[in-house]
Amino acid sequence: MLTNIISISLGAILINNFIFSQFLGCCPFLGCSSKVETATGMGLAVVFVMGLASAICWVIDQYILVALHLEFLQTLAFILVIAALVQFVEMFLKKSVPSLYSALGIYLPLITTNCAVLGVVLLNVQNEYNFLESVVYGVTGGLGFMLAIVLFASVRERVEFSDYPECFEGFPICLVSAALLALAFMGFSGMQIFA
Amino acid sequence: MNIKNQFKEGLITNNPVLVQLIGMCATMAITTTLFNGVGMGLSVLIILTCCNVVVSAIRKIIPNEIRLAIFVVIIAGFVTIVDLLLQAYIPALSAALGVFIPLIVVNCIIIGRAEAFCQKNTIGASFFDGIFQGLGYTVVLIIMCVVRELLGSGRFGGGLIDVANGFRLTMDGTGAGIQLFPADLGASILTLPFGGFLTLGVLIAVMQYALKKSAQKKQLAEKAEKEGEE
Repeated sequence: MLTNIISISLGAILINNFIFSQFLGCCPFLGCSSKVETATGMGLAVVFVMGLASAICWVIDQYILVALHLEFLQTLAFILVIAALVQFVEMFLKKSVPSLYSALGIYLPLITTNCAVLGVVLLNVQNEYNFLESVVYGVTGGLGFMLAIVLFASVRERVEFSDYPECFEGFPICLVSAALLALAFMGFSGMQIFA
Repeated sequence: MNIKNQFKEGLITNNPVLVQLIGMCATMAITTTLFNGVGMGLSVLIILTCCNVVVSAIRKIIPNEIRLAIFVVIIAGFVTIVDLLLQAYIPALSAALGVFIPLIVVNCIIIGRAEAFCQKNTIGASFFDGIFQGLGYTVVLIIMCVVRELLGSGRFGGGLIDVANGFRLTMDGTGAGIQLFPADLGASILTLPFGGFLTLGVLIAVMQYALKKSAQKKQLAEKAEKEGEE
């Protein structure tokens, strides 16, 4: 049980990192990574929502969709759950934890369209994880996302001062630096833990 | 808004991936073989066109406050239909694209077009917008696939072109493709995630270069025209 959890966590954070090996969540990864602070905020928000979404969607999938043989509605149900969840989390934080709300602020609504969140929920179903495994996969997947975006933001802050061809300005040079980071993460690929 | 203009916008001047910079997750993730690229591109094209038509048909009765929720439900409906159709008729494609088919729901291209275009335009214009934006997306996917496959493993048309049984197109993903040079001469790293980021980065850089050049040319031509008038 414990080894299983450890292997899921390390897999989600390092080996099958959501950004660098599965390409889930690239839009916010590229969009919100110009400063380390904003990247940290975005990362925290994603960890939070991915963990919660994994838990709630697992319950809905098991006790409503599977129980009623409505599995074909999974995509539709999950995206609605995520959209509603993000809205509720936003309202809840605003009322009761204003400090966290002001830290996450504008990133919360953006998370609805983050494909890492819908992706993790769909992968939980695909991998047939149980409740605990789903939550662990959600939280650690989010941590992997956070690690990637914080690393990338630190790289980008330096890239700004470097000298590159004019036509690479803006997005292309970011993608090239992301490619180099992906190369570093490739070092983890193929590792097997307790398998 | 005429069709020719829309065609040019979708494919070049307002290309969803290269200029609007949206819908990039799938672009980088699945462009490893031509089979995947064409399949994904056409799926998005179909879903985008259907959603565009429906959204623009009901644009006058959607309350403004909950329009995003309505768009998402419409998109998720069409994505589910396409997902089930692929599972039934082209299972190889469904298996190869995996989670990226249901993830078309959160692909910004579709919700972006619904928000930016279909809300304000007629059904006909939205229909063509869907087709041309979808085509623009498909073309980028195909370019990415061809580059990554060719330089990575020396092949062209993997999964799609079956050479062994005479040149024909296969739908079951078993075609080996045309081997242009031995696979071990290729830079196989291009077929890995690294190649996805790098190829897209270089493609966007080329696009920026081309757009800048054509803008400069236009400026020069206008300048020359003005001087000529004087």
